[in-house]
Amino acid sequence: MQSRNNKTIIAICSVVFGLIAGAIIMLFFGYNPFSGYGSLISTAFGTPQNIGEIFSQMTPLILTGLSFLIAQQAGFFNIGMSGQLFGAWVGSVWFALTFPHLPDFLIIIGATTFGVVIGAISGFIPGYLRARFGASEVIITIMMNYVILYLGNDAITAVFPNSIKQTVDSSNQVGNHGGIGLKWLSDLTNQSSISAGIFIALITTLLIWFVMKKTTLGFSIDAVGKNADAAKYAGINEKATQIWAMTLSGALSGLGGVTEGLGHYGNVFVQNSTPETGFNGMAVALLGSGSFIGVILAAALFSALTVGGAGMPNISGVPTELVAIVIALIIFFVGTGYLIDLMIEKIKSADQASSNKGKGPGAGKQQQKKISKKEQKELEA
Amino acid sequence: MSFLSILALLISTTIIYSAPLAFTAVGGAFSEHGGVVNVGLEGIMTMGAFSSIVFNLTFADQFGSLTPWIGLLVGALIGLAIAWVHALATVTLRADHIVSGTVINLIAPALGVFLIKVIYGKGQTNQINESFGYSDIPLLDKIPILGKLFFQNTSYPALLSIVVSILASYVIYKTRFGLRLRSVGENPQAADTLGLNVARLRYQGVLISGFLGGIGGALYAESIALNFANSTIAGQGFIAMAAMIYGRWNPIGAMLASMFFGLSQSLSVIGTQIPVIKNIPAVWLQIFPYVLTIIVLTLFFGKTKAPKEDGINYIKSE
Repeated sequence: MQSRNNKTIIAICSVVFGLIAGAIIMLFFGYNPFSGYGSLISTAFGTPQNIGEIFSQMTPLILTGLSFLIAQQAGFFNIGMSGQLFGAWVGSVWFALTFPHLPDFLIIIGATTFGVVIGAISGFIPGYLRARFGASEVIITIMMNYVILYLGNDAITAVFPNSIKQTVDSSNQVGNHGGIGLKWLSDLTNQSSISAGIFIALITTLLIWFVMKKTTLGFSIDAVGKNADAAKYAGINEKATQIWAMTLSGALSGLGGVTEGLGHYGNVFVQNSTPETGFNGMAVALLGSGSFIGVILAAALFSALTVGGAGMPNISGVPTELVAIVIALIIFFVGTGYLIDLMIEKIKSADQASSNKGKGPGAGKQQQKKISKKEQKELEA
Repeated sequence: MSFLSILALLISTTIIYSAPLAFTAVGGAFSEHGGVVNVGLEGIMTMGAFSSIVFNLTFADQFGSLTPWIGLLVGALIGLAIAWVHALATVTLRADHIVSGTVINLIAPALGVFLIKVIYGKGQTNQINESFGYSDIPLLDKIPILGKLFFQNTSYPALLSIVVSILASYVIYKTRFGLRLRSVGENPQAADTLGLNVARLRYQGVLISGFLGGIGGALYAESIALNFANSTIAGQGFIAMAAMIYGRWNPIGAMLASMFFGLSQSLSVIGTQIPVIKNIPAVWLQIFPYVLTIIVLTLFFGKTKAPKEDGINYIKSE
């Protein structure tokens, strides 16, 4: 297996390669990559509002990133984060708007719980179906994304009473009754959409780190993910563990949806497809390569790219979509980490070869050649 | 509307909605029989749709009514190119199949819209003028009743999808290539020992899926969507993948499952014209195929076995 060190190098190389590839694409289509990335950086960090926006977008990405990570540790591939997030988003906003007379903290607790439970149930279903019947969680979660998308949209258009709706297909703003905006934070960032969500996400990261590293459940999840049979013979209830992991994963995506509803947007509206945030959480987890700090850093990077990308068309003429392409390429390079692994090995062996040089003239060079040929062969195989 | 004309309408829309799914699902079967999971079908369809629309808009004047057909071919070739990237990542560079496929799904709509903005200066294209319309099949449409049901107001590419699935089934189960392809999906070590080139066969499987997936996307764009925008292909690739699994990795089964999905899609489009069905709330019709897929997959999983080494990279030992 790859060491943590190598994984970090792979992640950093992937980001660099992704950005270079983006620059090449810009060059190819006649844009200036320096002004392109320049406008990205100046937009992302140019105003306090946009910096606040970065934190706001980071929030659900951290949570869906954690969600994917937990599922992955248990050997599941949760593509359903997008639906789990949307379901919780609809649910939390509905709760907050339906019980506006409760004390504010009760609204927040109630709406959050309601949303998280919706997310947890939508994670539980594919977890249970795979553990009990062996049904592929990839397909089940994809199908559930559509089910939740249509049910959620129908809830907004047909179930929400008119009294809590702004238009036919969007709800009222949650506002002060249940909203998790913080006045000092929005004042600090010139009224950006930043909210207490970012603290919720960071505290949750800490909690999940604790659960995964210090508790029996975390250990069982890890053991089941590495080798379900071995875990079973060691006395771990592997099916229950799998179901718990997927439920937890769904709950985390759900929490991401709650922060979207009560924080970032402050309301909910009809979607054409399940929110991209759910899919980007997967990208965050993959770039974070299994580490909790990695997830936070990757979420920060992707949000900065996205917020900055919005300013690119006006300043440098580069279409915003370039950012999505760069993010996808970064994940491509992470996914094909084998390539970067080979390069690291090659550099290491070259180092060794050059340190051997002193021992005999020419010996080092020969060794280097041999290795590179062998690696070429491996590459071709 | 008489019962017969309702039935005829239902059948013709079903066939038209199912054809893009059928092409793509049949393609997916090739990839998975070779042992490479292709979640990237969605992205492949997107690029197929994008390229066929651009081609159609650019060359409609030169080729006239032939344009959509050449558009299919263009979509197929672009699909092939995208699939090559997937094969490179999974077979050569040993990437996780689902990660690579997801990357393709993430990049395809972004790349499509990026290029549309570069070419046309706006976020979505105009409508195409030369599309696959409805046509009557000569001679066959004269058959009483059956002619009206199946051969009037139908489309040639839709019928082609049925032919292709039968052919594909023959290729996979009755030819030497098919046997070899299945062997690298079932047991690559054994296939390798017998002197088969595992990597090359897996590449071929993935490339065929790209070719057919590109056709599927192009067909959807040129017969249903009629333009290209960010959400032109919204889930059809995933549904095609479900259809393939539904059809138990058999191309004919995949085609029949695609028909089922096509039927439910067309019901939510023309349902308002049909008695009884128009009284069902639209949301139930919308979620019906997905819920049913979940139920069927769960209950009949014992019978739907994926190729044994599907999704597992084969690393040749020294």
